[in-house]
Amino acid sequence: MSNTHFIIQVKNLTKQFGTFTAVDHITFEVERGEIFGFLGANGAGKTTAMRMLCGLSYPTSGSGTVAGFDVVKEGEKIKRHIGYMSQRFSLYDDLTVMENMELFGGIYGVKSRKLKERATALLQKLDFFEERDTMVSALPLGWKQKLAFAVATLHRPEIVFLDEPTGGVDPITRRQFWEMIYQAANEGTTIFVTTHYMDEAEYCNRISMMVDGKIKALDTPTNLKKSFNAASMDEVFRILARDAQRGD
Amino acid sequence: MDTSTLAIEVNGISKSYGTVKALDKVSLDVRRGEIFGLIGPDGAGKTTLYKILVTLLNADEGSARVDGLDIVKDYRNIRSRVGYMPGKFSLYPDLTIEENMEFFATLFGVTVEQNYDLVAPIYKQIEPFKKRRAGRLSGGMKQKLALSCALIHKPSVLFLDEPTTGVDAVSRSEFWDMLHNLREQELSILVSTPYMDEASRCDRIALCNTGHILDIDSPKHMVEKFDGKLYGIKARDMYGLLKNLREDNSITNCYTAGEFHHLLAGAGFDADKLKQNLVAQGHSDVEIKPIVPDIEDVFIKLLSNE
Repeated sequence: MSNTHFIIQVKNLTKQFGTFTAVDHITFEVERGEIFGFLGANGAGKTTAMRMLCGLSYPTSGSGTVAGFDVVKEGEKIKRHIGYMSQRFSLYDDLTVMENMELFGGIYGVKSRKLKERATALLQKLDFFEERDTMVSALPLGWKQKLAFAVATLHRPEIVFLDEPTGGVDPITRRQFWEMIYQAANEGTTIFVTTHYMDEAEYCNRISMMVDGKIKALDTPTNLKKSFNAASMDEVFRILARDAQRGD
Repeated sequence: MDTSTLAIEVNGISKSYGTVKALDKVSLDVRRGEIFGLIGPDGAGKTTLYKILVTLLNADEGSARVDGLDIVKDYRNIRSRVGYMPGKFSLYPDLTIEENMEFFATLFGVTVEQNYDLVAPIYKQIEPFKKRRAGRLSGGMKQKLALSCALIHKPSVLFLDEPTTGVDAVSRSEFWDMLHNLREQELSILVSTPYMDEASRCDRIALCNTGHILDIDSPKHMVEKFDGKLYGIKARDMYGLLKNLREDNSITNCYTAGEFHHLLAGAGFDADKLKQNLVAQGHSDVEIKPIVPDIEDVFIKLLSNE
């Protein structure tokens, strides 16, 4: 059932691969409209947890809902109702800007007339409408990332999962990308984001830190810094990750 | 110039792929025993420069020397003197850790035992798993194996192309500790990274973007010569704050930077007046303080000046 306050609500979510517990009884909630940072060391279980939240993998045990759908039984519905963007795969290089929008919009079932309208509006907002017939391969990386975000939100999902969206991007474009995130959050979209940049962690409303499959800390950046007596999120991360047993 | 003090000399190297200029008249020197960082985003031309210097790709123009040898005339000799760790994992996934090490040692006509002391601090961390196939290793272990393989023939110049990309902050910091240990062994190291915070771990750095070098200096001096007054500013509504700051004519530039936004003061800037204005615009918990720039601030300023 759709919960009005929480867009993600999971309890004791666990994933085992044979004898290895990749995600170990994690319990947390994400509020609607929040920018939620999902941090952890390499090998902490972030990707596995995110796959379960996106409906790409079923938990071994535990329960929960994402966008009102059951993570145990309704993976297919979750996939259709969320937005997803990763650093590794985002757009087709040999299609134009508009063709990519039409392809992904179509996959998400946005009707063609509505799709044209929305794609045009999104491109205009990005000041990118002139480039609609440009091949994606010819775009600078920073533009591809911004476009990928626009594509991930074409079907107006209530929540967007961003998996290291800014890796390898120059500092100016990285900031422009975050301004897009701020704007989307301002308009009510929930943002669930992973990053290795600790300054970006500071932009989140709340942050969870995963270590060895468990959530070791979850709070606002300000409160985390206070409770770990640290000057920056980088320091908080180091304190928590220092005790990690699992490496990657 | 006395070439013996230089590990790498690059003079006006250019390279295009079709109409895309990957490198545009790049020049730099790496001194012996130095850790030199190429700092820049994807598309800066870092990998192209690496390929040219390790003699895997010809430049369109310009010249370069590595370990005193010309990259065109002496390419064969250069290959035995450099260690190269490409950004993409390039070991044999079907061979075990041990087999990869032996394979690369054999290619260079040495044995693992011969140079064991050099690789030991790194290799010992993965040696307990030496029977495991490389394709089945975690990212951190692959990185250590790749570095061990790049070192096994005791090169005099080490080329590391984005060794820490996608690696978490703690593992990144450990990797840099390893590099500092290697420098003690009189190795010269050219290392690239998109993470600006790693600049401080280098002796000197080149900031680069889209095939150009923006500046070369020590990280410390690069920050010291930043001209302009930089402030950190925060308020409860950070996004609204940013929008309001952009409307202020006394601010040259402002951008997100973590807990505080950074702003570069322009003509007529007055911190107290700004604070009053922001409060009048409805902002609460406004805090402004002068700050010392970091490498990202330097990079942003150099890019904005272009």
